[in-house]
Amino acid sequence: MKFYADLHLCPTLERTDEARKLIQKSAELGYDAVGVAFPVGVEQKRIQEIRDICVTSGLDFVTRIDLTPNNPASLLKSLRSLRRQFEVIAVLCHSKTVARQAAKDRRVDLISFPSPDFRKRFFDSAEAALASEATVSLEVDMSPLLRLQGFQRSRLLSFLRRETLIAKKSHVPIVLSSGASTASLLKKPQDYAFLSYLFGLDFSEAMRGFSENSRTIVDRNRKKLSPNHVAPGVYIIRRGEDCHNG
Amino acid sequence: MSQRLRRRYIAVKIESDHPVEERDFHDAVWTSILRLFGEYGASQAELALIEYDPKMNQAVLRCSHKVLDQVRASIVAVTGVQNEKVATHILLVSGTLKSLRRKLRTQKAPDRVAPAL
Repeated sequence: MKFYADLHLCPTLERTDEARKLIQKSAELGYDAVGVAFPVGVEQKRIQEIRDICVTSGLDFVTRIDLTPNNPASLLKSLRSLRRQFEVIAVLCHSKTVARQAAKDRRVDLISFPSPDFRKRFFDSAEAALASEATVSLEVDMSPLLRLQGFQRSRLLSFLRRETLIAKKSHVPIVLSSGASTASLLKKPQDYAFLSYLFGLDFSEAMRGFSENSRTIVDRNRKKLSPNHVAPGVYIIRRGEDCHNG
Repeated sequence: MSQRLRRRYIAVKIESDHPVEERDFHDAVWTSILRLFGEYGASQAELALIEYDPKMNQAVLRCSHKVLDQVRASIVAVTGVQNEKVATHILLVSGTLKSLRRKLRTQKAPDRVAPAL
């Protein structure tokens, strides 16, 4: 059975009604899991509220944090403190040094380049090679494609075409997500896949971005965050008493 | 010998807080195609609005099978009609109007996903 996840919903957390609308709409549109982006220092109460809304809507809730560090040192500091608290960590790269550090760090799940300025889009072949080795995925938000028009949209499409081509060449997984803050910008995964034709992803690749690639990240991190995880490849499969020496 | 034109019929669900007129929706799709693919691309689409049901907020569009991908992307990219926010979702794509209607009738959930043709 197909599993669709939208790992990037951006509701205004203070307005619970709006967040509820957005999450319910996601459920209506056929998503099985949603990742809600929380800011650094979010209260546990807020996370629990969103979790409850997801549970009542029948959705699998994925905790996610968006980091926008100014330098690699602050990225490393944030990763040390936050990796064990969130299921998905995304880094929004606004500088080349941060982008490089994020791409080579295994604790990072997603790298994203939200800036419309071509000087701030650092996803080149060197970045892709690092990301590929560290199994970091490239995230593409679809809502700017719906929001922007004219020159800005054509420029964004040109960047995305180039970046997805580099990602495919270097075998970097591409994760598509809505990045929606309002329900009107939400679409079905299939609709987004049709839209991704505009930047050169075919239907099956785009659907993989909403299903398998997203699920891999969530499953991998849930295993790591589970109390049964000891080290990579080592898990506790059963707990019992100590063995007695015969 | 002239070659038979192959077409695709697309069922679209329109979501809006306000009623959407048939002509306004048609214009919005045309505008979207023109914006994304220009006049040359729009001329290849051979787009026509076949049916429009304002009660169900559903429309059936016809286009050339060669530019189906472009037309689907353009339909999804429609975000407003007459300055009102609108969300469009593709329900089904079919090769004939008859099979599209049959599939629409037989589908249980109102917004079943469209198979990729």
